[in-house]
Amino acid sequence: MSVIFAILKREFKSYFVSPVPYVLITIFLIVSNWLFFNTYFMAKEASMRVYIGQMPWIFLFFIPAVTMRVWSEEKKLGTMELLVTLPVKDFELVIGKFLACFFFLAVCLALTLTVPFTIAYTGAPDWGPIIGGYLGVLFMGTALIALGLFISSLTENQIVAFILSLLVAFVFLIIGENLVLYAIPDFFVPIFEYLGFGSHFMSITRGVIDSRDLVYYASFILFFLFLNVKSVESRKW
Amino acid sequence: MIEVKNLTKHYGHTVAVKDVSFTVNQGEVLGFLGPNGAGKTTTMKIITCFMPATFGTVSVAGFDVAENSLEVRKRIGYLPENTPLYTDIMVEDYLKFISEIRKIPKFQVADRIKSIIDTCGLRSVLKKDIGELSKGFKQRVGLAQAMIHDPDILVLDEPTSGLDPKQIIEIRQLIKNLAKKKTIILSTHILPEVSATCDRVIIINDGVLAASGTTEELQEKAEGDSIVYTTITADSKKVEDSLKSLDFVRSFNLVSKLTSTKNRYKITVKKDQQDVEELIFKIAVDKGWVLSELYSESLSLEDIFIKLTTTGQ
Repeated sequence: MSVIFAILKREFKSYFVSPVPYVLITIFLIVSNWLFFNTYFMAKEASMRVYIGQMPWIFLFFIPAVTMRVWSEEKKLGTMELLVTLPVKDFELVIGKFLACFFFLAVCLALTLTVPFTIAYTGAPDWGPIIGGYLGVLFMGTALIALGLFISSLTENQIVAFILSLLVAFVFLIIGENLVLYAIPDFFVPIFEYLGFGSHFMSITRGVIDSRDLVYYASFILFFLFLNVKSVESRKW
Repeated sequence: MIEVKNLTKHYGHTVAVKDVSFTVNQGEVLGFLGPNGAGKTTTMKIITCFMPATFGTVSVAGFDVAENSLEVRKRIGYLPENTPLYTDIMVEDYLKFISEIRKIPKFQVADRIKSIIDTCGLRSVLKKDIGELSKGFKQRVGLAQAMIHDPDILVLDEPTSGLDPKQIIEIRQLIKNLAKKKTIILSTHILPEVSATCDRVIIINDGVLAASGTTEELQEKAEGDSIVYTTITADSKKVEDSLKSLDFVRSFNLVSKLTSTKNRYKITVKKDQQDVEELIFKIAVDKGWVLSELYSESLSLEDIFIKLTTTGQ
């Protein structure tokens, strides 16, 4: 446990020593706020529906940018060799880095809290969907982190990690959409619908916390963390 | 302390290390010598549990690297080749991070860091980012992280590569000081380093153990005929006649003419002949020659190295 915490701490600190994460957070906040408030005052609807709804598309770029360097930089610098020859279990490394990204995401989401407060100032929002929306965003972001971290562990090139994560995340985002579901054989429809982010995300953001969605996110995250551990172990193959 | 048995490592179809066995005793400094790409780093990576062997076993302090990897890693301090370090972290924070991962009890951490920065001479850079440090300081940070938990065993992969001569001497001195208490494996392709720091040497070439022993033993092993250089002032014809006829002289050459009568000769002498210098001296006295130089050359580590790694024996 103390080992995981040590890794988490170093990793989390490392986000704030270079200017890149600050730039990332700034862009994230500006873009998401702009896209939302651009139409908010015209729509005259005191809800975060639009804001939450655009999140998957912002995360598509934002999360891969957060996770791309985590393993690939260790590989490139060669520090991976030092890290895995310390008395640390591979899963502790994976969990430590995963938690660091998770907390980074949590900080970013905390910084968007200005949005619901603005809404509350200008109108009387229904808080249920807002809280549900944040939970949905957090779950989806965390799932994308697990995915992005695994992909980052496959390459020592950050750009490759970014593009590959973006592509795979894009696939998970669209396979549950109607346009795709119409185009595929009937047999695959329930599978694609289940695997895609869309349905799970929507039901949580509506304020419905269904155990099926929680199981989906939990297994998605665990699956990619497991692959991540395997890929760290792959030096032994 | 470290026991390597029949170690073999394949990378796909290439064989990096082939059936290498050796042991390192407690308190010994073992020099791991070989040309680039000979398999030194591979062997070290296996000892430090970075990757497993294809065949063969390695045990460190009684623990097998495959089965008890965590126990092995606890006992080893490792400085990988090229000293990979995070660049965006202060030296002090980095050492703290390693102490935490190494599970050094909280109340000892401050003391450990204090003593390690003294040993490694890091006081002046403690608050600097590692990325800003010179190569020499980075190397010391690498050594510091390897020793922070006071391990019994140190594995150092080319600890002096890329350093300037002054830094090399400092790092060697550091290793020498450590050698009193620790078991050290040190790889290098710089030969004087081995004679300067190591008790025992292993020469590895093309993944195969070419030789092992103390520097003296290796000299003995590689030595064929010994060579005597002498400068004699006398008629060269006479010198040649009387020395060439001796039964232990294998060949006799004039190396350089210094004056008309003063010449330098190189004499190759059969391996087991004792007291060659005395015999030559006596002859010179008998004949009334003036002897101004007389020394027999023993093979340097360079010669042994080249001999063993080029003839492929």
